[in-house]
Amino acid sequence: MVWRSFRAAFPQTIPILAGFLFLGMAYGIYMNIQGFSFVYPMIMALVIFGGSLEFLAVEMLLSPFAPVQVLLVSLMIQARHLFYGISMLDKFKGMGWKKFYLIYGMCDETFSVNYTAKIPEDCDRGWFYFFVTALNQIYWVGGATLGGLLGNLIHFNTDGLDFVMTAMFIVIFLEQWLKEKHHYSAWAGMLSSVACLLIFGADNFLIPTMICILVLLTAFRKPIERREEKT
Amino acid sequence: MTTMPMTEQVITIAMCTLGTMATRFLPFLIFRSDKPTPKYVQYLGKMLPGAIFAMLVVYCLRKVDVTSFSWGLPELIAGGVTVGLHLWKRKMLLSIAAGTVVYMLLVQLVFV
Repeated sequence: MVWRSFRAAFPQTIPILAGFLFLGMAYGIYMNIQGFSFVYPMIMALVIFGGSLEFLAVEMLLSPFAPVQVLLVSLMIQARHLFYGISMLDKFKGMGWKKFYLIYGMCDETFSVNYTAKIPEDCDRGWFYFFVTALNQIYWVGGATLGGLLGNLIHFNTDGLDFVMTAMFIVIFLEQWLKEKHHYSAWAGMLSSVACLLIFGADNFLIPTMICILVLLTAFRKPIERREEKT
Repeated sequence: MTTMPMTEQVITIAMCTLGTMATRFLPFLIFRSDKPTPKYVQYLGKMLPGAIFAMLVVYCLRKVDVTSFSWGLPELIAGGVTVGLHLWKRKMLLSIAAGTVVYMLLVQLVFV
């Protein structure tokens, strides 16, 4: 039963294998370039296990110490997980000891696979979820560690490689933009962040931006929801 | 290399972990029973991601100075390639890889 669940789970994770090795390695190399030992990407990939935040964490380690801001940024960036959790409340019922790990390891990709997968009858759902979660985490930690190690051996000029992070967020933003029915939220985010960047400067604009976004989304809740219902 | 002392590094990484895990575990801690999720929370969860991704793009580009060399041109061109390729092929990894390579070529060979 366990083995059958593994064999059902593995093929579902192959696209993520490619993606996580590439991004994980890019992340490891990026940290290496910034002067960190491979131990950093390895441990951060393992304990934080949330791709975009790990990239930002590098910046945070290089900036002045600001634990409260780090926590707030983490909560804001990861807030979407709240709703993965809500969607999985029933599916994770009765998972016993595995439940803790399933929640711990629920990144965007793992959630997407586990939420949408059609699990064969002869498999154990708990083990299926478990293997998807564990395999994805292994790919990510493996990629990050490899990148951190190989970063030393890279002899070509890596100037500009950090743009991989910008490109990743551009693509994620674009995917979200193409998926959503209206763009109120995206505009709220763009206007708030550009305005706050101009007012507060590059080092201090994140928290004001977050407050602006919350205020805008709350103030325009009625018209936005009306728009949601229409479409 | 970071100049941050080790304790502060550990705290920074711990805060990232705490923030992430709070968001992953909270629903399971709050909504134990069959109570329905408050409407406002549902609304925020649906709306926040779009705004956050926009903020993250701006965050990545926050140190670009459009008033001096290279006037933000490498970012603009590489960003354009990323967007164009993604709209055309819709392959996440391809768009990210191509945008990064274009940017690297631009800052290493063109805007030096």
